[in-house]
Parts: sequence; structure tokens; C-alpha cells
Amino acid sequence: MTTTPASGERATPARALPKIERGTIARAVVIVGLILAALFLVPAVAAADWITISTSIAIYSVAALGFGILYGRVGMISLGQVALLTIGCWVGARLAYATSLPFPLLLLAAGGITCAIGTVVGLTAIRLSGLYLALITLMFAGAVTIVLTVHDFPSGGKGFWGSATTGTLATSTPPVRRPSGATADVAFYRYTVIVCAVLFLIALVHVAARPGRAWASIRESEPAALAAGINITLYKLWAFALASFVTGVAGCLLAAQVGVPRAITFQTQDSLTLGATALIGGIYSLWGAIVAGIFQQGLPFLFQTSLNINPNFILIIFGVGLLQVLLTAPGGLADQLPKDLTRLGRLAFNLVVSRLREQAAAEKKAP
Amino acid sequence: MIEVQSLTVRFAGVTPLDDVSVTFPGGTCGLIGPNGAGKTTFFNVLSGFVRPAKGAIRGFGDDLLAMADYRRARWGLRRTFQTEQAIEKLSVFDNVAMIHEHSAAKRATRRADVLDAIEFVGLDISPRTKVGGLGASERRLVELARAVVGKPRVVLLDEPAAGLPAAETEQMGAVIQRIPEQFGALVILVDHDMGLVSACCETTAVLDFGKLIASGPTVEVLRNEHVKRAYLGTEEEL
Repeated sequence: MTTTPASGERATPARALPKIERGTIARAVVIVGLILAALFLVPAVAAADWITISTSIAIYSVAALGFGILYGRVGMISLGQVALLTIGCWVGARLAYATSLPFPLLLLAAGGITCAIGTVVGLTAIRLSGLYLALITLMFAGAVTIVLTVHDFPSGGKGFWGSATTGTLATSTPPVRRPSGATADVAFYRYTVIVCAVLFLIALVHVAARPGRAWASIRESEPAALAAGINITLYKLWAFALASFVTGVAGCLLAAQVGVPRAITFQTQDSLTLGATALIGGIYSLWGAIVAGIFQQGLPFLFQTSLNINPNFILIIFGVGLLQVLLTAPGGLADQLPKDLTRLGRLAFNLVVSRLREQAAAEKKAP
Repeated sequence: MIEVQSLTVRFAGVTPLDDVSVTFPGGTCGLIGPNGAGKTTFFNVLSGFVRPAKGAIRGFGDDLLAMADYRRARWGLRRTFQTEQAIEKLSVFDNVAMIHEHSAAKRATRRADVLDAIEFVGLDISPRTKVGGLGASERRLVELARAVVGKPRVVLLDEPAAGLPAAETEQMGAVIQRIPEQFGALVILVDHDMGLVSACCETTAVLDFGKLIASGPTVEVLRNEHVKRAYLGTEEEL
């Protein structure tokens, strides 16, 4: 199709559109800078326990990312994210005990199997929306917790299903192996950051392209999406598949991170707090997922160690934060913080300028 | 050309479309009628949201009703909605590109096609602007750009100028009139604004209580006594 505008002029905003925007380049620079800071600055300044927590933050950011893809992009509330993380962790741990696959393959296998399970759950739940979808996925999370508790997770026996029934688990279960060359905490932290960065990149590529636009269309209005030629079932399942895959990979990282994962590590209610922190962080932005990871994993640790407060108080803070976000800043911190900082900066700037002017005026009067 | 044969739609106890047979020959065709006449239901049948009890619709020789709903866009069916449905979270460009992606048009020409469509409807803003920040008339234009991008064959416009002031309605009308020659598509325009309909449409069909009461050249149809009665709601004695 080669249409020419009736007026013949070529200077309309549509014509002046650059192929790559300055904003895109700036964003890429910021992202690379942050990844480099996470890789080199954090290990240089953080104590050993904070390295462990930072690893968890990266892992839970990916789980929040999965929630963000489903809710922020497609509009499906899934409260089964921690269950998917658990499945990824379980599959990763079992495969590590049962096989001698190299670690990257373990990650892929855990991601793939979690993706398959998540998509099947999505397939059954796809006709539901809103509260019903939330309930079904929450029940799924509960079911996974129950199955793992019954099966005596982590149970480091032989084979994929095997479990060590003799002796106390804590002593008889060998830790899940870490990637060769990244067995130390700092090295494993760096490994985790890189894997999580790749997972975020995969999500970014989806969101910025055809699936992201189709998801946004479905979120806005399903009839309009249908009229636009979007296969709604396919794209919803695609979102479930992507969210489950990244969360499954993160789960496998978690298995290697904690060494001996326990069923009690994964509580059904964590899916709820993950959802809450993802909303506080900002559900429409990928940055929000990182904020959510920091809140979910970093804050409780900070409370416990540095402030000596019962970490359960976190729930109250999350509640207040969630209320605040829902009422005043639906875009979450990732959206609100830059705006507020800009406003603060402008306020400070104006204050300084007016001070200087006053001073200059006073000096004029003085002589 | 769209041929509709004895199309009947029934919802429990109601018959929004009752044995309607009508042909839309080409160009821009009007579809008018009082509230509840069945105009939007007819669009919903074309889109595949509503299954008719009986009847057939052939668009340029193809059986439209046999096609899965989401495949009709690829065939070339486009529509706008009474309440506009442009996607707030996406930019103007992405809003239009999204339709192109699911159409039969080639990927290689996507950027050019999308920018052409944005320019065609006369949107004088940066294509990177998020639709969420646009006003009502600009959103209507975005929706119109979505309706004409990517080789459309049939464009259904459901009150595209609803809620717009007169000057903007006129501008919208001028754009609509140019769609058939620019894109080779058949346009069906539903509107209550008779000025817009008579300015844009060579032919017009009139529905009343689910029945076709007139169709033909717009000037004649609007002079038709049945049509006047249906619109004014007066009885036989008039």
C-alpha cells in the first residue's frame, strides 16, 4: 500500500517518527548500568548475608515478573505464582539428584516442565476471570503445598521420585548442586543476576512486540481484541506459558540457592504477599517486579536483623502500602517514584532559586 | 459487496433481527434506524459475537458466518465500537500496528502502512503518544486508523462520531468518505446523525424493530414515508 496524503506534505508527526528513539537508548544505558552495579558494586559493599538475600531478591523479582505479565499485561489475576516457583524448585532439585545434567540444562528443564504445568492450569482456568481465576489459582497453590508436604520435600533420595526416608532429612539430604564455577555465594549471586536479567529480557522482548500488543488489547476489551483478529485463547495461554517458564527457571535457581529446600519455605500465603508487593512495586512496569522482589525478600530480612522487629509486621506495611497504591498511585512505585522525584527536584530547585534571588535583593538594598 | 439473506437473530423472547435480506453494493453504505432497531446486533453478527438463528452472509463471495470470529479480521473485516475501544496503555503507533499484525498485510510494509493510516485519518500528533492521554476526538481517529490499516475489505463504523462536536464530525465524515477509494474497502456506517449519513453514503438501508423497511440510494430512502414514520414514531394517520 502506497498512499500519499492528500495535501502532499511530508512533515506531519507521523513522517518525523525516528526509528529508534532517544528514550530507548537512555533506557538501555540505565539497564546495563544497573546490571553492572548488581554484578560488581553489590558484592563489593554487601556483607555475606546480604549477598544471600540479594540472590533471593533476584529470584523473587522473576516470580513477581510472572505475576506482572499475567495481571499487568493481560489482566488475569493469578495467585499461584509461588506454587509455580515451588514446582520449578522441586523439579530442579529432583533432576539435580536424579541426573548429572549441567546446571543450565537443569534450569531449562525446570522452566520447561513448570511451563507445561502452568499452561495446563491456565488452560483449565482460561474461561474464568477476576475473582474466580484468583481463587482457582490460589487453590492450585494450596494443592501444590499439600502435595509437597505429603511427599516430604526435599527428600534427597535417589532417582526422580525417590525420597530418603531414613534419618532426619536435615542431615541425610545432600544440598542441591550449584553450577560448576559458581558454587561460592558471591559467584552464585552473579550467576543468578545474569540468569534473571536474561529472563527479564525475554519478558521485555515479548511485551514490546506482537504478544505484548495483543495482551494489551485483551486487557482493554476482549470483544475489541476479537474484532482485531486476536486469538484470545492462544494469547492468554502464551502469557501463562511465559509466566510459568520464567518462574520455573527462578525456582530452579532457588533450589540451588538454599541447597536443601523445604516445603515450609513455600507457603500458600506467599503468593498473596507476592501479588501485593507486585502491585506496590508497579504492575504495569517491569521495574515494578524488581521493587516487589526487594520488598518481598529484602524488607523482612532488614526488619529481623537490622531493626530487630518481628518480620510479620511486614504484612501490615504491605497492607498499608497496597491501600496507598490502589487509592493514589495505581501505577505503583515504579510509576510514581520518578514522578515524585521530579516534582521534589523541581521544588528544591525553585526553593534554591528563590533563596538566591532574595539574597541578591537584600544585598542590593544593603549598601 | 455484502449480501445478507434472511438473517434472523433471536435472544430469549426477543428478535433483534427478523428475516433481514439486504445487499450492500460497495462504496460507503449507511445503516440507520431508531434505537433498538438491530443495527449493532447486525454488526455483532458480522463480527461473530452473535450467532444468528438462520440466514447467510456472503462478503465478496466468501461465507462470513462459516469463519471463526478472530479469523474475520485477517479476511479483511474491521470495526469500530459505539464506545471507542482504542487501547490506553499503548501508543498510537502500537494501537494501529496491532491490527496490522493480525491482518493479511505484509510485515515488511508494516511501519509505512501504519504511518500512512495515522496520516490518512489526519491525526496531527506524535505516533509515540500514549492513547491514554488523548482526547475523545483523537481517540476516535485512532480507532478509525485501526479500522483502515492492513488491507481492509469491509469497514464497520458504529457511530464513529458519537459525542463529537459538529466541526469534528464533519472532519470525520470527510475522512470516512475517502476510505473506499483509498483502501478499496466497503464501508458500512451506522449513525444517528443524518447529516453525516447523507454526506458520506450513496446508499442506505433502514432497520426498524429488526426488520428492513427501506434500502436504496440515500436521498430516496430519507424521503421514504415509512422511514420518516419510523424515526418520528408517528402512526399511520400522519
